[in-house]
Amino acid sequence: MNKPVDPAATVTRAEVEDLLYHEAELLDSWRLDDWLGLLTEDAAYYVPPNDKPDGDHRFTLFTIADDIVRLRERIIRLKDPNCHAEFPPSRTRRLITNVRITGIEGDTISVAANFDIFRYRRNEPPREFVGRYRYKLQRRNGALKIAERRVILDAEELGVLGSVSFLL
Amino acid sequence: MNDRTNGKNGQANGHLVLEDRKAQTFSVNREVFVSPTVFEDESRAIFDKCWIYVGHASEIRNPGDFRTRNVAGRPIIFCRDRQCTPRALINSCRHRGAIVCREREGNARQFYCMYHGWTYHTDGKLKAIPGDDAYGEKFDKSTLGLVEVPRFEHYRDFYFLNFDRDAPDLATYLAGAKEYIDLVVDQSPSGRMEIISGVQEYDIKANWKLLVENSVDDYHLVTTHSTWLNYMRNSGVNISVPKGQLLPTKGIGKDLGNGHLTTDNPNYRGRPVAKWISIYGEDAKADIDAIRKELVERLGETRAARVADTNRNLVVFPNLVINDGSSVTVRNFYPLGPDHMRVTAWALGPVEETEAQRARRLHAFLTFYGPGGFATPDDVTALELAQQGFAAWREVQWSDLSRGMGKSANEPQLHTDEGHLRVFWRRWSELMEQHP
Ligand code: FES
Ligand SMILES: [Fe+2]
Repeated sequence: MNKPVDPAATVTRAEVEDLLYHEAELLDSWRLDDWLGLLTEDAAYYVPPNDKPDGDHRFTLFTIADDIVRLRERIIRLKDPNCHAEFPPSRTRRLITNVRITGIEGDTISVAANFDIFRYRRNEPPREFVGRYRYKLQRRNGALKIAERRVILDAEELGVLGSVSFLL
Repeated sequence: MNDRTNGKNGQANGHLVLEDRKAQTFSVNREVFVSPTVFEDESRAIFDKCWIYVGHASEIRNPGDFRTRNVAGRPIIFCRDRQCTPRALINSCRHRGAIVCREREGNARQFYCMYHGWTYHTDGKLKAIPGDDAYGEKFDKSTLGLVEVPRFEHYRDFYFLNFDRDAPDLATYLAGAKEYIDLVVDQSPSGRMEIISGVQEYDIKANWKLLVENSVDDYHLVTTHSTWLNYMRNSGVNISVPKGQLLPTKGIGKDLGNGHLTTDNPNYRGRPVAKWISIYGEDAKADIDAIRKELVERLGETRAARVADTNRNLVVFPNLVINDGSSVTVRNFYPLGPDHMRVTAWALGPVEETEAQRARRLHAFLTFYGPGGFATPDDVTALELAQQGFAAWREVQWSDLSRGMGKSANEPQLHTDEGHLRVFWRRWSELMEQHP
């Protein structure tokens, strides 16, 4: 009767929502080092191409496919004033809805959510990135951390959205 | 008189591109980036006269495979018919015009128009008309197939079309660019490259000619892409710049004839075929060595080094770029207006690649290229800032492309000079001035 409870099994949607809303706050306020603190030591960040939203980055050309090493480098770049595409940094606001826990396998919790991200820059029309998040979460010292975040855009092509130069 | 001073000679007798060898200056009138008239004239003088890239054979591997795309402003079905012949059909119903094939890609038994239901064979021929008893006896169905583009040819699996029936054949047109396409294709042991699944399609709010310049302009690398260079440095890649140079290695810019041009640079930034850098990881070393060994056995030392140790950004006039650098990208772009282009970019790799090699190639691609890469978004920004600056084209009339003009003819133009950019502009200007 003393079988330890798998910590993943005790997760609630409220706890997941807290994490996602906190993450949104950090990203929209460009607290990127703090954001790195939400990730596991081996986290990955994927933006599949618009024409192959279910593709595998090993065989498919993605828009972004960062392992943790490149993700840390991406943050260094984003903080640099010579990251011209994001200088001065865009104003972004992300609205996250439809948060659901979609599965628990071993220590990994799968989460789905929808997003609507607005991005504003001077001298540019506003851009609106709409799509879904797919997260894999794991606990580290009891706290929920992001092991993988996959950002799947609904647009048929990037088109007028242009570059994906900030973190979606 | 070729007076570049603002407000004096206006367009200098109507010329939009001015080359003054005495003053060692080369200038492009900024009107070419903003004018709706120039934009219209380009459609006829350039996009209707030149060979325009359609797609790669690997995208239509099996009978019935098709891709729909916009080529030079026209809706095109790029397909392999059921008899295995590649085709470029105009995707507009012969009845009353509707787009017939509406999917991005797929495999078709026939093409079916949703409006009144005319169907076409995959070779374009009209197959059936619902209620065809309503047509007169002389009505000739055999002439009512989907229209094929006037000219359609390939070089080493790269397919191009031409709307000018009288154009020279593709091989002649490509001139010196052929050698540089060969260097790309030589990466594959069987000479077969393939477009990798996943397309990057994004717009730049800038004139399309700025992307031609940018794709081969190595002068901008250190300033525009300093964050990418930092990433390289942080990853243990040697990016130190020798005294008197702008970049870690010294390359050249080259005129390939007919408006085609390329850079040709010794590599420092790694190549999946076949130059190892630390970013690939220690365990990739042996694999890269093996790829290189195969190259040397097949091509000999000299040519293998040519394939493996140089980066080449190639422009096939007017709007195809093949960058053989950190990875290979095939990049095509088309103007949607004077200040707006759509870019379509693919990754290209040898068909023989193993899973690990393919994954490495794609990883290397995203390090630099594409709308989420460490470099391309900053290029997009540079081009859009230039376009914004052109709002004052009446007051600040000329852009300057004079780097390297002081050199004698037998001194090579460096990749950081603008000699190869001038190749594009001379051809552009020649075609525009020939246009009635
Ligand atoms: S327009 Fe295609 S069948 Fe009428
Ligand atoms: Fe660049």
